[in-house]
Amino acid sequence: MTAYTATVTVRLKRGVLDPEAETTKQALERLGFELEELRAADRFEVDLEADSADGARERADEMAERLLANPTIHDYDVEVDER
Amino acid sequence: MTVTILRFGGSNCDRDAERALAHLDIDAEIVWHEDGLPADTTGIVLPGGFSYGDYLRAGAMAARSPIMAEVREAAAEGVPVLGVCNGAQIGCESGLTEGAFTTNESARFQCEHVYLRVERNDTPWTAAYDEGEVIEVPIAHGEGRYEIDDDRLAELEDEGRILFRYCDENGETGPDVNPNGSKHNVAGILGERKSVAVLMPHPERATLPDIGLTDGQGVLRGFESP
Repeated sequence: MTAYTATVTVRLKRGVLDPEAETTKQALERLGFELEELRAADRFEVDLEADSADGARERADEMAERLLANPTIHDYDVEVDER
Repeated sequence: MTVTILRFGGSNCDRDAERALAHLDIDAEIVWHEDGLPADTTGIVLPGGFSYGDYLRAGAMAARSPIMAEVREAAAEGVPVLGVCNGAQIGCESGLTEGAFTTNESARFQCEHVYLRVERNDTPWTAAYDEGEVIEVPIAHGEGRYEIDDDRLAELEDEGRILFRYCDENGETGPDVNPNGSKHNVAGILGERKSVAVLMPHPERATLPDIGLTDGQGVLRGFESP
């Protein structure tokens, strides 16, 4: 078994309104920054042990499918690194 | 015959639902989620509140608690299920109903009275109303914006699965009378069966005459035996 960290990034699908990101963007603009768009995402770092990186990825994928992301509004991606 | 009001950690409209149902002479009891669903339950309320502190997403944790498998099974057998506010979020997160209730367009918690248009009255939850009738009920939520893929929403509309829409006092819908930015002003929807419904507004807070509004009574009458 090898120790991995699976990083799951969950973000809203393109086209789904993100009022919190919009509010954050406006706050940055009030501070005088220039920007075109701001997108927010949730990042989960999952430490786990698996036989292989693929095994770790598969388990993290299932975590995203079943809980971390809501497929109605979210896309997600998974990156796996040895720890 | 007893309706089960499911209590999760952070539910806070469970007692409101109990009092409102009692006022309508509908027998109901609050059941802690770890105690399991009573075998003879004649209906299920998923009450409002902030189960599990809205961690991750509103309703996400409660939706994955073991009792929700029992709720889905009961719903599939025809037991009436009503999700209100956080209960609506739990309903969508658990797959009882489609779509998602997410952050209000205003990015603020909104607590106000709204008007709803009854989209159909051939369901247990709306049989007390006329189709197109306008009712006044309160909302109190930060994550009530109904979100779903446009194509799927069109299909749900074709299937008559939209139960309530936000509207003005004359029943007209539109962006000006949409408190949270919900797609097509959707406030409440049906599951695969008409006996399963979720809505963000609070009918149980518009039932007791002492509180003022009573327009929500008809929704709770969905638990009366046919």
